[in-house]
Formats: sequence, C-alpha cells, structure tokens
Amino acid sequence: MSQALLSAAEGAVPAKREITTKPRFSDRVFRAVVSGGALSSLIILGLIFFFLAFQGYSVLRSQGIHFITSSNWQVVQDTAGNVDPKHTQFGIAAMLIGTFLCSLIAIIVAVPVSVLAALFLNFYAPPVLKKIMVAVVDLMAAFPSILFGLWGFFVLMPSAEYWAKLLHHFLGFIPIFKVDPPIFTRSPFVAGLVLAVMIIPIITSVSREVFSQTPLDRIQAAYALGATRWSMIRAVVLPYGRSGVVGGAMLGLGRALGETVAVYTVLNIVYQVNWHVLLGAGGNVASMILLKFGEAGPQEIKALMAAGLVLFLLTLLVNLGADLVVRRSGGKGR
Amino acid sequence: MTTAAVVKPSKPWQASPRQRLNSALVYIAAIMTSYLIVAITPMKGKLAYAFVFFAAFIVFDFALNLFSRGFPVAKDAIARAVVAAGICVAVFPILSIIATVIIRGYHGLHIGLFTHDMALNSVTDPVKQGGLLHALTGTAILVLVALIISVPLGILTAIYMTEIRGRFMKPIKFLVQAMSGVPSIVAGLFILSAVVYPITKGYSGFVGSLALSILMIPTVARTSEEVLLLIPNDLREAGVALGGTHWRTVAMVVVPAAKSGLVTAMILGVARIAGETAPILLLTGGGDKVNGDPFHGPMGSLPFYIWKSYSVGTPESITRAWAAILVLLVIVLVLFVSARLLSERRSSK
Repeated sequence: MSQALLSAAEGAVPAKREITTKPRFSDRVFRAVVSGGALSSLIILGLIFFFLAFQGYSVLRSQGIHFITSSNWQVVQDTAGNVDPKHTQFGIAAMLIGTFLCSLIAIIVAVPVSVLAALFLNFYAPPVLKKIMVAVVDLMAAFPSILFGLWGFFVLMPSAEYWAKLLHHFLGFIPIFKVDPPIFTRSPFVAGLVLAVMIIPIITSVSREVFSQTPLDRIQAAYALGATRWSMIRAVVLPYGRSGVVGGAMLGLGRALGETVAVYTVLNIVYQVNWHVLLGAGGNVASMILLKFGEAGPQEIKALMAAGLVLFLLTLLVNLGADLVVRRSGGKGR
Repeated sequence: MTTAAVVKPSKPWQASPRQRLNSALVYIAAIMTSYLIVAITPMKGKLAYAFVFFAAFIVFDFALNLFSRGFPVAKDAIARAVVAAGICVAVFPILSIIATVIIRGYHGLHIGLFTHDMALNSVTDPVKQGGLLHALTGTAILVLVALIISVPLGILTAIYMTEIRGRFMKPIKFLVQAMSGVPSIVAGLFILSAVVYPITKGYSGFVGSLALSILMIPTVARTSEEVLLLIPNDLREAGVALGGTHWRTVAMVVVPAAKSGLVTAMILGVARIAGETAPILLLTGGGDKVNGDPFHGPMGSLPFYIWKSYSVGTPESITRAWAAILVLLVIVLVLFVSARLLSERRSSK
C-alpha cells in the first residue's frame, strides 16, 4: 500500500529536507553566553593574580627572595616622612611559619576526628541519627568564621589553656612544647584547635562522600568471609577511601591557611619566628594583613598586597594538590 | 484436629536481654570507675571524667566481649567505641557554640534592635540603647547585590558543566574548586587593588558586594551543578525530540525542572557570605547609620558590627556582639533549614 501511495505522490515529492548538525543561531548565542559565564572563574582568578602582582611588584622586586625568607618588617622613614627604600624591609617568613604551624596543628587534630566521624556516619549510625548528624555537620560548615573566633576566645580558650598546661607538664621536655615565659593563652595551639573545629565539617563531609562510594559488593564479600565490621572497614573501606581522605584533608588545609578573622581573634600576633606551639605568640599571613592594614602607608599596603599574592598562590597550590589527589581516588582495596 | 502452634519468628540478630544487661553494666561500671578514679587521684575537671570514662568503657567492653565472644569481636568493640568518640568530638563544638551564643546573646536582645540604628549611640552605651537596623539593612543590601552578580555567573557555569559539557569542562571544574579556596582576605585585597584604589577611591557597600560575590560564585556553581546533574536525561531527550533547540530545551525544560534546587544553591551561597568578615572590614567602612545606597558612603553590616563591638571590649559592647551573633546565627540557621526543606521536597517528589 505504501508502494502505491509513493508512486501516486511521485509527481509531488517535496525537496529533500536538509539534515543538518549545524547549530542554529539561537544555539550559538546560547553556547557563547554560557561559555562566557563559565569562563568567569578563570577571568576572576586571573585578575586576582594580575592585580595583586601589579600592586605588589615593586615590593617583590626590591625585596627579592627575602620577602619570604626574612622576618623583618620595618618601614623606615627619613626626616621628611618619606619612606626610605634602602632600609625599609618587608619579610613574611615569621608569618608563613606561623601559618603552617597553626594549619598543621589543625590538620593533626581534625583528620583523625573527621575520619572517625565519617566512619560512624556511614557504617555505625542508625538512619535517623545519621540524617540528623549529617545536617548538623553541614550546618557547622556554613557557620561564619567570626563565630568560631569569638567562641574560641571566650569558651575554648580557658579549657585549651588548661590542656596546654597539661601538655607542657607532661611533654615539656620536647622542644616544641617549651614555654618560656609561661604565657599559655592566645597561642598557636589554641588557634590550631579553633581551625580544627572549623575544618572538621569539611573533611568529614568529603570523607563521608568517599566512604559511601565504596562498592557494596566488596563490603558484602568481606562480611560473607566472616569479617567483623572493623575488619571490613580496614580491609575494604580505608584502602578504597584513602586518597579521598587525603584530598579532603588538603581542602581543609586550604581553608585553614587562609583563615583570617578566627585566627586574629584568638592568636596573639607577634612578629617573630615562634616554633613553640604552646607559647602565646605567633601569627598567620592573613591575620597579619588585617592587623597591619589599619595603619599602613602606601608602600606598606603594596607589601601587604604582595603578602596576599603569596597567600593566594599557596592556597591555589594546595587546592591543585587536593584536586589531583581526589581525582585519583577510588583505589583497589585488598 | 490439632492446632499448629503459631511460631513466633525469632530475631537472632537482636540483642538478648542478657546482652543488654551486660552492656548496661559496662556503662555503669565505667561511670563508677571514672568517679572513683577522679576522686582518689589528683586528676580533676570535666576532661578527666570524660577521659577516664572513655578508657574504662573500652577496657570493660573489651573484657566482656573477649570472654563472651572472642578476640575479633572484642577488637571490633574497641573500634566501635573509638568511632563513637570521634563523632562526639566532632559534634561537641557545634553544640557548645550554639549554647554559648544563645546563653550570652540572650541578654542583649530587645525589640529596639530591629527599629534603631547606632547613629546616636556608641557600642559602650547601655545595651538597651541603639540597635542593629543599620547592620541588618546593610547586610541585606550587600547580600542582595552579591546575589545579583554571582547567581547568573554561578548558574551559567553550572549549565556549562552539565548541559554543554564543552572542551573546558575539566579545567573549569578545577578553577571553580580553586576559587572556592580563595581566602576571603585575598578577595578583599583584590577588590581593593582592582576597584577601590584605581576607580572608586572610597568605601562603599558595592565594592564589599563585589568581594562577597567572588566567595559566593563557587558555592552557587557547585551546588547548581549537583542539582542539574540530578535532572534525568529523559527530560533533555524529550525536549530535543519535540523539536526544541538546545537553548529552548535548557531554558524551558531543564532549568524549570531544577528550579527549587537552584533556589537551594542561592540560599546556600547567601549562608556562605552572610557572616563573612574579613573583606567587609577592608572594604565597606562600616557606618553606624542606615545607608540604603550601596554606591556611596560607608555601609554597616552584621559582621562589621560584631567585630567593632568585640574589639572595643567593654562588658556592654561584648554583650552587643553576642546579641548580634545570635541574630546572625538565626539568619544562617533559617537559610540553612529552608535550603534543606526545599531540597528534601525535591528529592521526595
């Protein structure tokens, strides 16, 4: 029948429709706009780098490598009040060391706690409790940093001071726990604890996500072989999620490195190299910028911009590392 | 005729009364031990109680399981206790923070907070004078302007990642990730060097919003991307099969289907920046008067007010700071809960 129809209509076959994969004009505009919007992150990051480098260039050039290796920060003025470029020194080594010290303490405290919490949420918690706890942890990640700062100053500090004294009492023979003179408040230790509280939710949620992707068949295989819950976790979950946990820890590290207000509130910012974690003196780059910004002259502002550039590159590097590690996650397991 | 006895199904996986009794005894023994040890040794304080209780609990639980069920189970019991301790340590700070803010902020609350600004008062005045009106309006304006800037960019990024899936997908994913790691003070310094010094040469709310949008874009982009990924591919295919162009499919099918999720993304973005302090301190100038114009003059905001009151350091000003934090916390909580409810409704549909 279709044959007949075809032959009947043979005389009036419309021109063959062109089949095209070329996008229409509206689609091309759509793609251009969306791609442009998506490139905003590249543009913004590029602009941040460009402007901070532009402003900090003169300082970076005059100080050279000393900007990150020396710990002198002094603006020398001549009698007319002009900045004397010969003797003015800007070096942020002390603050860089302080940044690493605080972040390291935070990571050391936060990673075990977060991994345990993530394990609990995934493999131990009853469903209702899990739902509540996940919401609570996520909520904590949304808390503003000034809240952590004030809580750290008024609530955590008295307890932390006591813990610091305990540490000093029992482990004082280890050089980094030496405290001289005996000032235990506002130390890098306390700042590290506050930072730990701030990054626990981040590391917990990343670890939880990674652990929950563990293949179910492997988990069940482990149970079928007679594993207890803990031996299942050790044999299957931890090997599978290890690199994800490392990536989460680096994300947390990135946040801890750049934290400003919380550190500023709890830490006694003193411009010196201080390895003694329990001693009440230290600093980090971000809080130093905030501290010095108030009374900074034009030349010093440029130095602060350069410090901001260093901090920016540092967090970028850490995030790059985290990205590479997380992307590699999902190992074999035993 | 014999009636078959109805066999009650047994639940062998459930704890027997004997096992329950045993675990209760372990708890009681651990509590008593902790009291005893803290009483007779020089250790003191809450930390000592918690620590001794934990140690005693592990020892008793281990012993009980070792004798009743063997070594592997006993090892498992230790792991269970340690993991439970981990979640307690992780959750304890948040409970402490919420309790602290409520207890300390409660004294500073009064109705005048929402009707007065601080133009005629200083933070050292008695707590019942002045209010937060300038800070609330300021924060609202800052957030609104930041929303207007960052929501289109964030959602466009998400659409690129899920709908266009172009060549730059991987680099952009990384860049968004990297952007979410930009320290807030660096965002502030950037706006300072790129906008304030060369162009505006003064404080205003708008430059503060610019810095806040840098922090907000990644949050919006990542949450929107997750939401758009949840939209089933059938919808996209149906849209194209009906003859829609790519643009019409995205605009008329995909985005409306993800509407509530995109709103969630916006809310989470707002929650992220509502309390952001460092760039606000560098950029907005923090006035004490209600200022409705984001482009001119210093603009107050909640974080700035908290910071200022805290730095002054008198009892009145610190009470004010806690009251303002309580208000900020309530705002963040409301935003967070509404985002949760929205996304729950979506997932249950």
